[in-house]
Amino acid sequence: MLEIVFISTLNGVLYGMLLFLMASGLTVIFSMMGVLNFAHASFYMLGAFFGFEISRHVGFFPGLVIAPVLVGLIGMAVERYGLRQVHRHGHVAELLFTFGLTFIIQEVVQMVWGKLAVDYKVPPALDFPAFTLFATEYPAFKIFMLAISIAIFAVLLLIVKRTRVGLVVQAALSHPDMVGMLGHNVGRVFMLVFGVGAGLAAVAGVIAGPALVTQANMAAALGPILFVIVVVGGLGSLSGAFVASLLIGLIQTFAVAVNVSLADILGDTQMAETLSVWFSDIWSVTVAQIAPILPYLLLVLILIFRPRGLMGNRES
Amino acid sequence: MRKFVGSGAFALVVLASTALSAMAQDTLKIGYVDPLSGGGAAAGQIGMNQLNYIAEAVNAKGGVMGKQVEIIPYDNKLDPQVSLVQIQKAVDQGVRIVIQGNGSSVAAAVSDFVTKFNSRNPGKEVVHINHAAIDPSLTNDKCSYWHFAFDANVNIKVEAMTNFMKANEAIKKVYLINQDYSFGHSVAEAAAAKLGAEGSSIEVVGKEFVPLQKVTDFSPYIAKIRASGADSVFTANWGNDLQLLIKAAGDAGLDINWYTFYAGLAGTPTAIKQAGLEDKVFQITEGVNNLDYMPMQEEVKAYMAKYPDAPIYYPRLFNAMGMVFKAIEEAGSDDPVKFVPKLEGMKYVDFIDGKEGFMRADDHQYFQTMYISGLGSLGPNQPFEEEKTGWGWKVAATIPVDDTIVSTTCQMERP
Repeated sequence: MLEIVFISTLNGVLYGMLLFLMASGLTVIFSMMGVLNFAHASFYMLGAFFGFEISRHVGFFPGLVIAPVLVGLIGMAVERYGLRQVHRHGHVAELLFTFGLTFIIQEVVQMVWGKLAVDYKVPPALDFPAFTLFATEYPAFKIFMLAISIAIFAVLLLIVKRTRVGLVVQAALSHPDMVGMLGHNVGRVFMLVFGVGAGLAAVAGVIAGPALVTQANMAAALGPILFVIVVVGGLGSLSGAFVASLLIGLIQTFAVAVNVSLADILGDTQMAETLSVWFSDIWSVTVAQIAPILPYLLLVLILIFRPRGLMGNRES
Repeated sequence: MRKFVGSGAFALVVLASTALSAMAQDTLKIGYVDPLSGGGAAAGQIGMNQLNYIAEAVNAKGGVMGKQVEIIPYDNKLDPQVSLVQIQKAVDQGVRIVIQGNGSSVAAAVSDFVTKFNSRNPGKEVVHINHAAIDPSLTNDKCSYWHFAFDANVNIKVEAMTNFMKANEAIKKVYLINQDYSFGHSVAEAAAAKLGAEGSSIEVVGKEFVPLQKVTDFSPYIAKIRASGADSVFTANWGNDLQLLIKAAGDAGLDINWYTFYAGLAGTPTAIKQAGLEDKVFQITEGVNNLDYMPMQEEVKAYMAKYPDAPIYYPRLFNAMGMVFKAIEEAGSDDPVKFVPKLEGMKYVDFIDGKEGFMRADDHQYFQTMYISGLGSLGPNQPFEEEKTGWGWKVAATIPVDDTIVSTTCQMERP
């Protein structure tokens, strides 16, 4: 029992931090620009493929720096020449623009790297078990992932809350005209924010690529869960996204460990027999079986009972 | 002058059309209806390459009954509706042999369509050569006279795999993990029944279902498998659900054996190599290129000289085409009405191993020697690696045809 609790907690935290790594860029762009970026997962995929290509020539760690910079530049170009033009037509146009972008990036990646998975390996320097717990090995790469994730959270929080840049960015969202009057280039601020968001997605891609599978459908596989994190955490709240990632990681991991179904809970009583007829479809479905669906259940419940999310500060 | 140009053009058109119709009469048209774009395109393209190779080889020897074989691709996008439109198009272009395989739902729709089409259009009958869909209903309750299955169906694979596992004394505790949809459930039920049957020394210690292609982190499942004390896992997972599962096992250092249906699918050997699970992941198929059978190995080398990306992944396409050509020659006609009776009950020397298999007349299911192979570094006479990993499939066990035979509920309606 203790073993299961311990290992599930650790697995849950590791998974949660991977989720935060992936969701941080999305949160940044949403909280500071008000743009729900559907193409986020595509930037993540670009990051993974750039990381793979760079790692083949100069190694993994240079890729961890170069790939996000490249993707960040692409992100800035997208904002400057695409999103900014679309912006004046409102949020729906922005949404559709980023939605369309996902298909374009997907096609381009398929053309360049093909449809099959590429062999993106964990760097040898991190390819060893960091420690062993109850006979389960924990690879050093996962611990590295955890560290990067926490570092990104700390640095982002510091920038947004404690620096002048963060102040200007936040002001630009609510009072763009006033910020412009004060001599700041609002357009450039937004361009930078979008670039940073895309770059963060690429960091996640470079790190998650070797841990998961790097192939042209990885964006589609990732998409929905990130929106769950952003909504549950509170739209645009960085700390909220951090807490929500951990929460979802833990819920999902613990749920997998639970093999209980309705039939087990209610046993063989008279009432159980009646109920089993009514609930025949879900009667013997275990919690473990529905574990990966639980985050979406959480999303629905949060939207009904607390629309601003766990730590969000506005209703939209 | 104008008159001259006009009549010249007319003469050209007449010439061209007679030439075209002459060509059309001389070819044996085979329609390949499988995904050539979208998610299934990689698998579809490999099948297309193999068919082109087979056609070129036959044509170089003078074709089938003097006719050149022409493979015409029809992209069905792995969609049942699109498939039917494409088959209609193929029929309009004179195709009477349709090869389709990817996706059981697609195969069911195609089989159904072909059966109805044939009853409504006597004289235009079409035959459905299914090279990959393995839903047992296709050769049981939904069986059709015009459908032939060349891949072993789920029941056969489960039968063969469980027979192998029961005979292997090292296997004591088996964990079943499958995808949560009809296919995964049918495999899990059949495997649990077989392995847990009376007289079996195997204990089924877990029966898990994972949502189809939704899980990113498989480490909780690995923790459960470890806690169950299993020494082997039986899974019919495919794609991401198998690749991520195996990588998570490698990460956690879980040292057990994996018995799968689909470890050979594109991308999975790469994941197995990354996980470092050498000689621990097994698949069940009708054979692998590293079998010690030289005529086949020569053929694979010739194939790879033309299509260097991968070895021959679908040996059954060679069986299927070989048998269709043989039936046509025996019947002396490429009319399905005439050659389908020859296909029924036909015995055939398998491409992959030179052993004999047979097409059961009762349900049009092909039975052949099955192989369990593991992925690892290669020895002598094993020249074919997978996906540039340096590892290849090596035979771990052979299951003779007799141990693969399962009963059928098919009540064939013959025209």
